[in-house]
Amino acid sequence: MSTDTSPAIELRGASKIFKTPSGGLHTAVRELDLTVGRGEFVAVVGPTGCGKSTTLTLVSGLEEPTEGEVLVAGKPVAGVGDKVGFVFQQDATFPWRTVLSNVMAGPRFRGVPKAEAKERAREWLARVGLAAFEDRYPHQLSGGQRKRVALAATFVNDPEILLMDEPFSALDVQTRALMSDELLELWEGTGASVVFVTHDLEESIALADKVVVMTAGPATVKQVFDIDLPRPRKVESVRLEPRFIEIYREIWESLGEEVRITRERGAAHVA
Amino acid sequence: MSPEVISAPVVDTAKTPGRAHSRARAARRRKIVVGAARVLLLVAVLGLWEVLSRTEVIDPFNFSMPSKIWEQIQTWVMHGTALGPLGEQIWYTLHEALLGWIIGVVAGVLFGIALGRITLLADILGPYIKVLNSIPRIVLAPIFVIWFGLGPASKIASAVVLVFFPVFFNAFQGAREVDRNLVANARILGASDRRVTLQVVIPSATSWIFTSLHVSFGFALIGAIVGEYIGATKGIGLLVAQSQGTFNAAGVYAAMVILAVVALLAEGLLTFGERRIFRWKPSESDR
Repeated sequence: MSTDTSPAIELRGASKIFKTPSGGLHTAVRELDLTVGRGEFVAVVGPTGCGKSTTLTLVSGLEEPTEGEVLVAGKPVAGVGDKVGFVFQQDATFPWRTVLSNVMAGPRFRGVPKAEAKERAREWLARVGLAAFEDRYPHQLSGGQRKRVALAATFVNDPEILLMDEPFSALDVQTRALMSDELLELWEGTGASVVFVTHDLEESIALADKVVVMTAGPATVKQVFDIDLPRPRKVESVRLEPRFIEIYREIWESLGEEVRITRERGAAHVA
Repeated sequence: MSPEVISAPVVDTAKTPGRAHSRARAARRRKIVVGAARVLLLVAVLGLWEVLSRTEVIDPFNFSMPSKIWEQIQTWVMHGTALGPLGEQIWYTLHEALLGWIIGVVAGVLFGIALGRITLLADILGPYIKVLNSIPRIVLAPIFVIWFGLGPASKIASAVVLVFFPVFFNAFQGAREVDRNLVANARILGASDRRVTLQVVIPSATSWIFTSLHVSFGFALIGAIVGEYIGATKGIGLLVAQSQGTFNAAGVYAAMVILAVVALLAEGLLTFGERRIFRWKPSESDR
């Protein structure tokens, strides 16, 4: 793997067109070019509903691009690969499995023997601070705890590529900052490449090495910004630094325009 | 310290448990009222029936009366029926219904999940299933008696056709309505199609399937009874048919009462099993 110099993820002119239930065509992503380096943390921001999530499903192999190419580690994506982890926006823990069994699911699906899967799951549960909750069912946990289960269930598979689709958007503000810090800690130990989709610009700057601004739908890359804030970062304190505010202003100039376009379109729809 | 200062908080703390206490008492009183009203209603209906029948406002020969029905049940329990001991008749019917139910449920779940998962299969078989479902299936019972004879097989068959469809449709719906996020998550985590079916689709369809199990056990009993009624050597359905043949109205009602008790017991067992399986679900009081 170390001899391979191809980037972790590469999208070349990727487009995705969906058929709408009324028979029309909806272009979610248009001629998207994006490169994510090995071990890089890339945040993708864009107006709501612009097609950011579709980008992730293309990389994960859950969907195929209508046109263009999607490469993971230099190879075209064909179906769901075993190097990919995906944290969803909505709750995706299995409600009929206990916390431990949820985290064991990934390794078990991949044929790891039960004892080893249990050991690895326990290790990750300890890392996300849920060791004492392994016998609970998801409905007995808070939203933040369920998200931790989802993180543990994803990290236990040792993903080289981590796709995150607004994972913390359903959480309250304090829990969100806490989870962001935890995510950074967990990630720093793994060397995985991350694509983190969000509509929250602050969150994206605080977390990422690179922020990609998407256009109003159909999504394509508008501009890419490098974030030169030093690591390790603490989400709550980094956002008070002057450099952070400078970057924020710079990116918002680019993103704000797209948000405005989306909003005007929405208004036109209503009218 | 003056006594007033001490007494003030004491009154305050006494107030809250007092309120909780009175609320609990009100709840208990309501329960008693509901229970008493239920018993009263039953007594009133049965009493009216008895009185009307005894005074011959309604024909006691056709409508019988509660005391006669009770006598009939007692006779059956103490001295057995014309077909043999009562327990044997109940066991016969129950055994037919249970077997038919199990076969119908297993087939319904298998077909439902399979068609829910494999769209091609659903597209091909869809119209045929609709046609079969629109047949009033109870008319198949006489055919089954011709095919399978007077033994239990014909009753089991009619129970199966009654049970199959509601279970099938629910399992099908359950498999279709699985949270797409859960399926996507399972696939990302590395689950094969087979694993997705076994470990995501089936568990999430269980609540759909269980709703149909309650209704369908009743259907299984109906299937068995109707089958017996048409032609059998033993069973409660035959008991009904025989009572009817000898103009014994009390016998028909008595068989109905026995059936109702059996159905209620089965329902209770099913609810118990459901609670054990759905431990992972938030109970109503948790919310």
